[in-house]
Amino acid sequence: MLWKVLLGIWMVIVIIGAFLYAPPAMGLGDLSRIIYFHVPLAWVGVLAYLVSMVNGVRYLREAKLEYDHKAAFNGELGLVFTLFATLTGAVFARHTWGMYWNWDPRQTSVFILLLIYGAYFVLRSAVEDEERRARLSSVYSILAFISVPFLVFIIPRVYGSLHPDPIINTSGQLKMDSKMLQVFLASLAGFTGIYFWIYSMQSRLIKIKEKLKGDDKVV
Amino acid sequence: MGKRFSPWALPVWAIIRKDLLEEFRTRYAVNSLVMFAVTTLVMVSFAVGPFSLDQSLHAAFIWIILFFSAMTGLARSFVKEEENKTAAGLKLSASPEIVYLGKLLFNLLVMLGLTLILIPIYLLLMVPPIGSWWLMLFILFLGNICLAGAVTILAAIVARAGSKNALLPTLSFPILLPVLITAISVTETALGGGTFSQGKWELQFLVSYGVILIAASILLFNYVWYD
Repeated sequence: MLWKVLLGIWMVIVIIGAFLYAPPAMGLGDLSRIIYFHVPLAWVGVLAYLVSMVNGVRYLREAKLEYDHKAAFNGELGLVFTLFATLTGAVFARHTWGMYWNWDPRQTSVFILLLIYGAYFVLRSAVEDEERRARLSSVYSILAFISVPFLVFIIPRVYGSLHPDPIINTSGQLKMDSKMLQVFLASLAGFTGIYFWIYSMQSRLIKIKEKLKGDDKVV
Repeated sequence: MGKRFSPWALPVWAIIRKDLLEEFRTRYAVNSLVMFAVTTLVMVSFAVGPFSLDQSLHAAFIWIILFFSAMTGLARSFVKEEENKTAAGLKLSASPEIVYLGKLLFNLLVMLGLTLILIPIYLLLMVPPIGSWWLMLFILFLGNICLAGAVTILAAIVARAGSKNALLPTLSFPILLPVLITAISVTETALGGGTFSQGKWELQFLVSYGVILIAASILLFNYVWYD
């Protein structure tokens, strides 16, 4: 319980810091503050997809339905966070490049990412048998995850992108003011904390559901 | 070397031969694929009319036709095994890797055959300027390998998921979109008379993506194939 309260206070500090403590970036002005939300959202989105894929692999190895449920809700989480990252990115694009959507390589790749997990849920809803659904969707999520590094790292490198790339740039250097960096890292940690909060809640929920299913007295 | 490959090559060839034989008897996949591709091509040709197109539009049209033809034709490779109830026999007679490789190569043959028919008709109807023939042929070959590589295991998934028709394009599109985007851009280069070194990045991307997709499919096919 305590860590959830701390997480709440932490996020409040991050939000206040993002708007008041961190200085605006050169050239972009106050618009640069979106980085404290956009990048952590995208990071958590990819993290959730990774966890989903790992759970898919674990299901294929051990065939416990628990892993399949975990893979599914991590896919959902990844979809939600990626959607928010896309929306915040579109806001940024509108004010720097002039359009909400202009098929920049970054936008193309995030769009494909959303499509992949959309297709993942279409596949899940198409199969009725629980174990077959688990196996087929695990295979699909592993196949789909193969394309993620291509989409996130390679395509935007091959085709010139307008997307600012301060975190994982080619020279491997951080080009950020120390105050900005503090808020940025704090925000990354905060959003990751939120992810683990939702993760632990969902895991508990799944365990309870499974228990009730095994219990014949409870209908 | 020869000994290590022969226990693979012969059964794989047996599966390809079985599918080819079945195809020669029913001619279902070939007929429907060719008709589909020609219909789409004629529609494009009608819509364009007397106007001459940019290279980028030619490249996009070629790959759109190939992609949707692959969607209509290649799902059959596994769906027919489920429909004719021959999947169980295939499971007993060959290991999953061999079944996968056989189906992959058969699908690749079908796609290459389709391309051989489609491209001359396209050249006839649309008269695109082809600057670099070798690059054009190479990208058609490489793109078809990637198409077949991704679609084969997805077709198996679709067949196991109750052969729902709309499922294959939905599943394939996101995985194939990187392939299509790069293939279209290389085709554009080829039409404009570019060299191999101009499309180097894209070709490297396609080769690595195709290799990884096929390798992962071989590893994962086992889980799709058996219950």
